[in-house]
Amino acid sequence: MSYSEKVLDHYENPRNVGAMDKDDASVGTGMVGAPACGDVMRLQIKVNEHGVIEDAKFKTYGCGSAIASSSLLTEWVKGKTLEEAGAIKNTEIAEELALPPVKIHCSVLAESAIKAAIEDYQSKNATTTA
Amino acid sequence: MMLVYLDNNATTPLDERVYEAMCPWLKSTYGNPSSVHSFGRKARAAIHQAREQVAALVNAHPSQVIFTSGGTEANNFALKAVSLTPASRIAVSAIEHASVLGPALNLSQQGCQLDKLPVNLQGQVEPIRSLPPETRLVSVMWANNEMGAVQTVAHFSALCRAQGIIFHTDASQAVGKISVDFAASGAHLMSFSGHKFHAPQGVGVLVTDKFNELEPLLHGGGQEKGLRGGTEPVAALVGLGKAAELALQELPQRHQKMLALRNALENAVRPLDGVHIVAEQAARLPNTVMLTVAGFTGETLVMELDRCGIAVSSGSACHSAHAEPSHVLLAMGYTPEQAKSAIRISFSAQNTLTDIEILVQALKKQLDNFRSFAAMQGLMF
Amino acid sequence: MNVNLPIYMDYSATTPVDPRVAEKMMHYLTLQGVFGNPASRSHKFGWEAEHAVEEAREHIAALVNADPKEIVWTSGATESNNLAIKGVAHFYQAQGKHIITCKTEHKAVLDPCRQLEREGFEVTYLDPQPNGLIDLKELEANIRKDTILVSLMHVNNEIGVVADIAAIGEITRAHKVLFHVDAAQSTGKVAIDLEKMKVDLMSFSAHKTYGPKGVGALYVRRKPRVRLEAQMHGGGHERGMRSGTLATHQCVGMGEAFRIAREEMLSEGERIKALRDKLWNGIKDMEEVYVNGDLEHRVPHNLNVSFNFVEGESLIMALKDIAVSSGSACTSASLEPSYVLRALGRDDELAHSSIRFSIGRFTTEADIDYAIDLIRNKVGKLRELSPLWDMFKDGVDLKSIQWSAH
Repeated sequence: MSYSEKVLDHYENPRNVGAMDKDDASVGTGMVGAPACGDVMRLQIKVNEHGVIEDAKFKTYGCGSAIASSSLLTEWVKGKTLEEAGAIKNTEIAEELALPPVKIHCSVLAESAIKAAIEDYQSKNATTTA
Repeated sequence: MMLVYLDNNATTPLDERVYEAMCPWLKSTYGNPSSVHSFGRKARAAIHQAREQVAALVNAHPSQVIFTSGGTEANNFALKAVSLTPASRIAVSAIEHASVLGPALNLSQQGCQLDKLPVNLQGQVEPIRSLPPETRLVSVMWANNEMGAVQTVAHFSALCRAQGIIFHTDASQAVGKISVDFAASGAHLMSFSGHKFHAPQGVGVLVTDKFNELEPLLHGGGQEKGLRGGTEPVAALVGLGKAAELALQELPQRHQKMLALRNALENAVRPLDGVHIVAEQAARLPNTVMLTVAGFTGETLVMELDRCGIAVSSGSACHSAHAEPSHVLLAMGYTPEQAKSAIRISFSAQNTLTDIEILVQALKKQLDNFRSFAAMQGLMF
Repeated sequence: MNVNLPIYMDYSATTPVDPRVAEKMMHYLTLQGVFGNPASRSHKFGWEAEHAVEEAREHIAALVNADPKEIVWTSGATESNNLAIKGVAHFYQAQGKHIITCKTEHKAVLDPCRQLEREGFEVTYLDPQPNGLIDLKELEANIRKDTILVSLMHVNNEIGVVADIAAIGEITRAHKVLFHVDAAQSTGKVAIDLEKMKVDLMSFSAHKTYGPKGVGALYVRRKPRVRLEAQMHGGGHERGMRSGTLATHQCVGMGEAFRIAREEMLSEGERIKALRDKLWNGIKDMEEVYVNGDLEHRVPHNLNVSFNFVEGESLIMALKDIAVSSGSACTSASLEPSYVLRALGRDDELAHSSIRFSIGRFTTEADIDYAIDLIRNKVGKLRELSPLWDMFKDGVDLKSIQWSAH
């Protein structure tokens, strides 16, 4: 299996690796996948008072494509509103990274991760305001 | 003593250029084509190229090419790949190579009925109007290995297609000698072997447009789309690819050269007493001449020629351990005595007119010796 | 310290052809050398080819202490395994239709067994013990009246564990069941004496022992005689057991490779064991690193390690300067974790985190040093990237988490 230049670049130099305090109300955390399936992504977003994603961090256990998909996604979501970030489609990620068919699930996982992070942020803030 | 090799239908010498192409894969480059790392990818790319070269030679799509360990495996694979029931019939020509007759016989022992398609005196499988409706598979070779008659493959494939029957052709002796066009032939399955056209021994090909309906012969490993398990012999496949590329490029010249050799040989032996050219009126391979020589046994003649450094055969190599008369000549209507007196001369474009002259001289000497011996003994000739 | 990159550490997938083997093969490829069809009995070209093939057969037989007449040439271990398993099953089916094998066998054994199941045979797939070896008592308990064949590998391709085939042979012989051994991974690594061992059929591959790809052999015992139904019919080569023109240069290459293996096995084994131990000693002090399979009953060439919390495929990418595999080559294109490791009872995540290092004749000490540094560095880097490693460090029990399967 050969990887595209873009996958290799993200894999060799992953962007925005790290962790944020998951108990912080302005932080949304999405963790998707399962160790038994060979990939787990943790994507975190920090959202400001305008509902814009200020920062994003990830850590991923998985193949090169999974790491690249999550790295790319953290770049994309920064500066986007929650609504815009939630509208990112896995096909866009797959296309940007030129993922081979057997690796499409990595982009699906990344889409699920950002959705989960947004959901986490929203549920946290729904409870605090309630 | 100079050696003259005129047994190219048994096996051909490796082309120097094929040898050069293979060398790196034996000496310094390795890797299992199924491996993910760079060694594996390099091997995989080499096989991919070989597949394209082989496909181009026979006008097939690369995806239709399955590599095997040789012509025998390809023929066994083809015949056993089609699912049969005890009510099924299969038909093969009476002059097939042992690697088709063998599996056909095995299938008949397992219960299906085996029909043999008859041939005429010119070595051509007789055209037929229709086959029994229970027929599932028909196999007729492209060209015969012993006397070289080219068969009417298009006729049989059209007939089979019309009746919904799978048609297989063993093109081992045709590929590299005459134009072989898989797509135009209409065959569902076509097999051939590498070492008959200057590729190494130990590789063969099954071409098919019937992937979904085939049963594998070798299970395990998932190679060749799951149809043929086993680590691919990269060096040999690179050699096969190169040989295919060369055969395609050089076919017209090779054909012309072989035809010139054949004409020279036949013109020289035709006037000889007791020498008869088999299937002379048929469309034949340009490299194959089968002679019957009255008063001789082929076996003895071959041994005598070998003493003079000339390699020919008395039939197909696979049979040369047995002294039985050729099943091909018997099927054509020759008597066992006539059949036993046959020798096969098969050359390649690497042979020269000198080779042919050496053979003709040696043959004449044998005939003369025999005649004076016969005269001494007061035998009739 | 001088190393050529990438460093090849995938000797269990295939080995380079030994230069001495290549040299000998070349002679049988050219017009100046010997190129005839070994079945051509009527001229010198054929005789010389036949002579070369027979000499090579003697080398194969000598390595395993068998009679050359018991060696049948094939196109490789896959064909040998197919011929042994399907050939025995088809010949002896009147006596019974039950076969025993193990879940950790190579696909070239498992797939023919599956095929036989489709034909109405019954196959028992034994579970290995956690160390990768089967329990002989369990094997014996599974032998039935209608069992005709036990097929078990000598050395496992993924984890390198060595089965006690001498002991298994005693059991199968006592129960009058035939015993087939896939020895593709053991020739040149473990001593084999078929005079003593009660093995009835044994499969060999050339390209795992520094010979060429595309040739193998099957040992078929003559006393007591083992019968087979041929799987390839035709010219009646190999005493009817396997038709097809023999590839002279290939047979010669395998013969030379096995001759060298016999001569150099002992000294080479010691050298390779020292390298393997050096590799393991260089990484075993890392956290959460586990050897898969028994380390004692194991060929020196193999080290299969799980680096917990690091996914195997990304690790292979990170280790691109050393060519390794995450399982057997034949399954490495798929995303499934190794079925062999799963059969040992390894968790899926540990199976996903496994790397097979397999070293051999041309591996150097400098290669090992380089590999140790690279592994330590890259595993560390990937763990920095791994959310699972974070959780492990925070003391979270990964098993306590409800993962969303996908």
